[in-house]
Amino acid sequence: MNSDNFHLFVLPFCIGVLFLLIFSVWKYWRWIRGFDKLQRAKIRKNIWTWRFLPAIWEAFREGLLHWRITKKNLLLGYMHRSLAFGWFLLIVVGAVQARLAFPDGHPLWIAIFFNYFEPSYSIDFPQAEFYANLMDALLIYVLSGLFLAMFKKVWSRPLGMKRTTRHTLMDRVAKFALWCIFPFRLLSEAATSSLYGNGGFMTRWLGNVLSSMGVADPAFELTCWMLYSIALGTFFCLMPFSRYMHIFTEVFLIYFRQLGVRDSDRKTGYTMFELSACSRCGICIDGCPMNRELGIVNMQGVYMLQSVRNLELQKNAEPIAENCLMCDRCVADCPVNIDLSVIRRQVRIKNKAAIDNKNGYGYLRNVQPFNSIGRVAYFGGCMSHLTPGISHSMEAIFNAVGQKYWYMDKDETICCGRPLLQQGFENQAFELRRKNTEMIVNSKATMLITSCPICYQSFKKEYKLSIPVMHHTEYINMLIESGKLKLRKDDRRVTYHDPCELGRGCGIYDQPRNVLKATTTLLKTKEEREHSLCCGFNLGNPLLDLEQQTAIRNAARDNLLAPKPDTIATACPMCKKAFQHADNVPVKDIAEIVAENIIKPNN
Amino acid sequence: MKTVSIIGAGPAGIEAAYVLAKQGVAVSLFEKSSSPLKNIADKAFLFPNFAAATDIVEQMNRKLLNANITQHLDTDIVGLVHEGEQGWKLTDNRGNSYYSDNVVLATGYTPFDAHRKEELGYGIYNGVVTSLEMEKMIRYNQIVNSMGEKPKRVVFLQCVGSRDEKSGNHYCSKVCCVTAVKQAIEIKKQLPDAEAYIFYMDLRMWGQHFEEMYRQSQQDYGVRYVRGRISEASGTFDGRVQIKAEDTLMGLPLKMTTDLLVLMVGMEASEGTRCLAKAAGICGEYGFAQSTDPHLGDNLTGQQGLYVCGACKRPMSINDVVNDGRAAAFAILEG
Repeated sequence: MNSDNFHLFVLPFCIGVLFLLIFSVWKYWRWIRGFDKLQRAKIRKNIWTWRFLPAIWEAFREGLLHWRITKKNLLLGYMHRSLAFGWFLLIVVGAVQARLAFPDGHPLWIAIFFNYFEPSYSIDFPQAEFYANLMDALLIYVLSGLFLAMFKKVWSRPLGMKRTTRHTLMDRVAKFALWCIFPFRLLSEAATSSLYGNGGFMTRWLGNVLSSMGVADPAFELTCWMLYSIALGTFFCLMPFSRYMHIFTEVFLIYFRQLGVRDSDRKTGYTMFELSACSRCGICIDGCPMNRELGIVNMQGVYMLQSVRNLELQKNAEPIAENCLMCDRCVADCPVNIDLSVIRRQVRIKNKAAIDNKNGYGYLRNVQPFNSIGRVAYFGGCMSHLTPGISHSMEAIFNAVGQKYWYMDKDETICCGRPLLQQGFENQAFELRRKNTEMIVNSKATMLITSCPICYQSFKKEYKLSIPVMHHTEYINMLIESGKLKLRKDDRRVTYHDPCELGRGCGIYDQPRNVLKATTTLLKTKEEREHSLCCGFNLGNPLLDLEQQTAIRNAARDNLLAPKPDTIATACPMCKKAFQHADNVPVKDIAEIVAENIIKPNN
Repeated sequence: MKTVSIIGAGPAGIEAAYVLAKQGVAVSLFEKSSSPLKNIADKAFLFPNFAAATDIVEQMNRKLLNANITQHLDTDIVGLVHEGEQGWKLTDNRGNSYYSDNVVLATGYTPFDAHRKEELGYGIYNGVVTSLEMEKMIRYNQIVNSMGEKPKRVVFLQCVGSRDEKSGNHYCSKVCCVTAVKQAIEIKKQLPDAEAYIFYMDLRMWGQHFEEMYRQSQQDYGVRYVRGRISEASGTFDGRVQIKAEDTLMGLPLKMTTDLLVLMVGMEASEGTRCLAKAAGICGEYGFAQSTDPHLGDNLTGQQGLYVCGACKRPMSINDVVNDGRAAAFAILEG
């Protein structure tokens, strides 16, 4: 009866696939056209290189195996993997199976509804039994993930998540359709099996159960397949409008990222890929200090992207984008590696466009560079002016190694511009960057050393300087390694606080630790490196009041005080000030600890 | 007759002890340092009448000679607990215990640690001193800058560690305003050629004669007042201090170089106050001890037989704490 290879019930599926295909191609094409000049140049430059190989590997590792999620929590990784990789294998093995059964070719839907169209296949090709069992095993694999997903909805803690995302209605409907697909598939195959005895071990068993219940009936069979097809069709039709678009988009995103494309300060086509690649898993929520310490759960990465993506929600985009410390914790946690802070800054820049002007920078004209041939330029940063202990120690270190230096912002301070840029004041930040660049270039200094990680990140990434830029921890580490600076080891036990801008921002984790190990005993803390906690006094968030900042600070402080150190060490004037007010345990910058322990050469 | 233990031999504790002893009460007076009146010992003159601090110290020390007072110097009380029939049990850091029917907490304040306001450069630049150090300089007639020379200019900064959200102290320390006026006058008396500037948020001349002192400081001594806080201090190559501030009356930022920057540090609850108020369950705001009522029960606490007096409750001036010590003594005699 099924020999004509077609039945009306395949239509919902076919329509769904067709719609998804056309819609996705149209969407992606539009987004790719929306890439800016630099991004296009990157693609043109790298497209004919071997970079697609690591992209394929990463797409396989992250899109199917969900490696980063697995590293966070085994069970959560298993859940995502079984759904993604399991379904992928179902499709691939199903296609192979159909190919073997129909060597002369077959319509697309045959592979999907194989058991219906080929109930007696076991005699048609030799490994049929093996494939039937394999397909059943894969279905069990997927269903186990589905079971975990349902379990997670009730109780997410065992899967390593304290909070999960609040989804939009569309996402919930799409999820319901997705959750229906696999149980219906099992039921349909069992219904066919109850009539024809085909299928693998599980299908046959369930078919027998159905027979014994007296529901072995072609009409029932057809209804089941229809429902399965409708579930598939619905899911495919909803996909472009729901979070499940991430399934394909992530692959594209990985590829473009491997080609060297990065997001810029304006919303581009690449941003659209990032927006769509967010699976809304909600992993960004748990780590966020705003959630942990203040219980604010409407502004984390997942919600920020949602507000940008969804036109109706855009009126909320402003407070959501502003209410963030920009500590990059979510960026470190994101399994898709979305540039959450860059996108957030895009929204801020857009919001500030009306009030962003270049007036009020006349004072910049009065600041003059100093001829610094053969010297290094030292930029303390605005915040170091409030913690003079740091710049004082740096001067002592320069003098100890006989390094001539120009303290470029000693008297007339010009901000590096990053605090403004982070708030969305693009033009004003540009003015400051231009002046500082002019000063540094004209001074002819050979290297730039900064004490503030915010300035450091700015000079390193936002300026285009031709001289090396170093944070003072890097510089001191270099001096120690080259033997120029000799330090004694004191008996202090210290814990080190990774500043957000230095650690997650610039990846400087080891140099400060090496310096501290050279001169003190460094203790480990529970949350450090990528997982370090924001001190709360970051310049990223203009909306927090002092009490809220203090609550965030106290959490970070408790983490640092837990191993009972004699001193808290950090490498950022902002963090130093934050902790300084907190407790009677002394807080020192690494430069200060080093300056206290310099062994003067024999004189 | 009931026995009384007084913790803290400052002006409040001594006055309370003296009044009680005169009434025939056996008083044990505990002091963690090796001599009483540590906080006044290095003061020069006391506002508002410029009385010599040495005179006050001498008179207070004389009060301690009363036979009913037993002094326990070098005794740091760390434990305070009520043990039913035996009354209050005090434990010192060496593990000794003392029992008495009543306890007066007179553990006082500690000056704000100016290191915590790092932007003001205390401990980094030698020209930056605290009001306590300035008082010492005045007392020993050694007002000198970091190079050991007579200063040409002295700048006072009010509200260091008081009325300051960032340090966690929202309260006013009450005595610093008038102390700066007093010290500026002293400087002008000793060094008529030196300039004296006081940077303030607002000047709180709350006591008798204070307003008059403030007027005289301007008219007779030429002390200059600038409304605005100093945001940062940095060192100059010649060992002086450069300050950046805003004159909020002129609405202009200003920079000034000075020989000495005097930080008028506020009062915080002393370690003893924090620890014992916690032990006795009478913690108030900012680590200070809490009395039951600021009007009629300011020496009483929620604990039977436990009294509080002096700067362990809130910032107070010396004349206030002496009166408060007396009041605590009468509260005991009454109760």
